[in-house]
Amino acid sequence: MEDNILKIENLSCNYSQIIALENISLEINKGEIVSLIGANGAGKTTLLRTISALNKPKNGKIFFENKDITKLDSDKRVGLGIAQVPEGRGLFTILSVEQNLKLGAYSRKEKDLTKELEYVYDKFPILREKKDDYAGTLSGGQQQMVAVGRALMSKPKLLLLDEPSMGLAPIIVEEIFDVITTLRDIGTTIFVVEQNAFLALSISDRAYVLENGRVAISGRSKEMLNDSRVKEAYLGA
Amino acid sequence: MIELFGYLLSGVTVGFIYTLVGLGFTVIYNSSGIINFSQGEFVMAGGMSTVFLIYAGLPLGVSFVLAIMITSMIGILLYKLISFSRDSSQISLIILTLGFAIFLRGLAQIIFDKQLHTMPSFVGEGAFEIFETTISYQAVLIIIVASTIVVSLYLFFQKTKTGQAMVAASNNVDAAKLMGINIKKILMLNFAISAVIASIGGILLTPITSTNYEVGIMLGLKGFCAAIIGGLGTPFGAVAGGLVLGILESLVAGYVSSEYKDAVAFVVLLAILFFMPGGIFGNLKSQRV
Repeated sequence: MEDNILKIENLSCNYSQIIALENISLEINKGEIVSLIGANGAGKTTLLRTISALNKPKNGKIFFENKDITKLDSDKRVGLGIAQVPEGRGLFTILSVEQNLKLGAYSRKEKDLTKELEYVYDKFPILREKKDDYAGTLSGGQQQMVAVGRALMSKPKLLLLDEPSMGLAPIIVEEIFDVITTLRDIGTTIFVVEQNAFLALSISDRAYVLENGRVAISGRSKEMLNDSRVKEAYLGA
Repeated sequence: MIELFGYLLSGVTVGFIYTLVGLGFTVIYNSSGIINFSQGEFVMAGGMSTVFLIYAGLPLGVSFVLAIMITSMIGILLYKLISFSRDSSQISLIILTLGFAIFLRGLAQIIFDKQLHTMPSFVGEGAFEIFETTISYQAVLIIIVASTIVVSLYLFFQKTKTGQAMVAASNNVDAAKLMGINIKKILMLNFAISAVIASIGGILLTPITSTNYEVGIMLGLKGFCAAIIGGLGTPFGAVAGGLVLGILESLVAGYVSSEYKDAVAFVVLLAILFFMPGGIFGNLKSQRV
């Protein structure tokens, strides 16, 4: 048996009348970086929202560490170790950067979060300078750093990222992805949704391609970089 | 000058009660987007339960605590009704709160009666004399307790984990869920806190103005005005709105005629909605986003 951390079986999901996901099955193994690519409206965000229980699936099952979590509410899933950096970052704009980060550790019991905060500030030094600013006043890149840092505060086993590069300058994207790839060293498994297919395939071990709510192609990222179908549709070559 | 000082004092006293009712509106509105029109009935429930518990022979302190608990249960009951019908539109839910208010008034008529009731002031009937004006012990108590509630609410929202979770849930529900916050619990807590604040307002006010089953109608409307005047959704707005309203009312009652007192709230409300639709502190909120 594979040592999978997340397993999705025949998942279907409707988004007001429209079928958003149809019979999705996929697996993510411990310690892997897996990416999910696809065009706008392919169902990528719906899939991540369903994994975090922000959407209800119509059919299918979701297993986390071989435990059926399909019926669990979102807060329970966070408690098990699933964190998400949502589409559009989802910051608490009327709270300070540090208050946002502390809320990231809401599911944890510890009172003293100094160590965790230091960890995030070391990864993203600019946030230390901005820690008392309202999160809503930060630049897009800094906001994305807060969103990623906040997700790390819960010390997740599985980190879900929804388009972390969206709308950001290449240099910022690089900085954020540098941090993401180092998370593997502390044993975090990563599932990243990206529209930038080249970026996603270069940093991940394996990838799935979503088309019209179905898994169209899947395989090792390196091989997919050379796959003619992927090249034509997503890499613009 | 002495007159003015007296009016200001009594305005501030009433203003703090409006503040408490307004804060109740704000707390529920922020967490659920619903304007709770049974807020005034929470105030009534606090005052009336206390009066009748005292009639039943319970000591003052016990009566207060029990009345506050009863009212918070009523708040939780309203939350249960709302969560039971949570797929309905916002407007339906607001009308649900209106229906709940009518239900509470009816219930109060049946359980209690239609008479006007009062209770002894808990700090004695005396009064302080400042600058040739008098202010009753009860009025001083209202100012102290209400400002303590305002400050503790602020500290609760800013400094405690649960308070922060409540702010987070009002700011971005989905993101709050992703932090592992149990939204249902947080919402229920909001309704309970709102009911507790309102019931304390009702208890504090009863020795001064008396209470009956329908005292909540006017108090609820005044509190609503206070919340809107300050800018719905901003806690500081409710405080400022409540005080402004209380003072204006008192000045109009003193210098013009007490007949027009109740009109003040609605005239000011209309003026604010015409000229500053966001309320006094409405801009503050949008600047931060």
